[in-house]
Amino acid sequence: MSASRVSIRSEDFDLGAEVAALRRGDGGVGAVAAFIGTVRDRNDGAAVQSLELEHYPGMTEAAIEAMIDEAMRRFEIRAARVVHRIGVLAPSAQIVLVVVTAAHRGEAFQACEFLMDYLKTQAPFWKKEAGPGGSRWVDARVADDAALSRWGIAAGNAPDRSGALPAKR
Amino acid sequence: MKVAVRYFASVREALGAGEEVEIGAGTEIAALRDALVARGGRHAEALGRQRLLRSARNRVLCAESTTLAEGDEVGFFPPLTGG
Repeated sequence: MSASRVSIRSEDFDLGAEVAALRRGDGGVGAVAAFIGTVRDRNDGAAVQSLELEHYPGMTEAAIEAMIDEAMRRFEIRAARVVHRIGVLAPSAQIVLVVVTAAHRGEAFQACEFLMDYLKTQAPFWKKEAGPGGSRWVDARVADDAALSRWGIAAGNAPDRSGALPAKR
Repeated sequence: MKVAVRYFASVREALGAGEEVEIGAGTEIAALRDALVARGGRHAEALGRQRLLRSARNRVLCAESTTLAEGDEVGFFPPLTGG
């Protein structure tokens, strides 16, 4: 199980199959929390025709493994798995999956959110959007840094270090 | 000493996937970046201080004050936008 906690790939994933695999053989599981991130058809007011995801092979896997280790230290969870897709994705496509199992729901919910907050600003992925007006790299969001700071971790990712929430777009 | 520099996202588009760079022993990432910027042209544009970049040493995020060693892999890239 621990050998397959992280999967970085172009292929899609199946929530039901992932949850079943993570729960399999563990009678102590009483709660499963999952998060799926998907491609929106609009961003910052512009239409999105496709989203391309680049990553840093080798570093990505290690970074997420370390995040899962940290989640296991912080929360009473039994197992976790992260799947993140790379390459060109169409609107509505699934991008990322985080699944956490625990004895009780509170720890499962928290660990799932912690892992997503961590991943957004500390895993080496970059998004490039293509729309009618051409393509552009997606800007990092101060709100994502703020999300991680709730867990006592300074993200230092987005350009604005003031801690202020970004202006409504 | 030699280090392997790797670029990603918009920095990769400007400079390619990476290059081997000769630097002095005990060089920090910040000084490596400054040396690359000093080449001018695309390097100055992609790595200049007008841009917020993040860096990694041997595939771990780190501050630019990190000291490099022979054979290290250094990554330069824009803020992360996964998930």
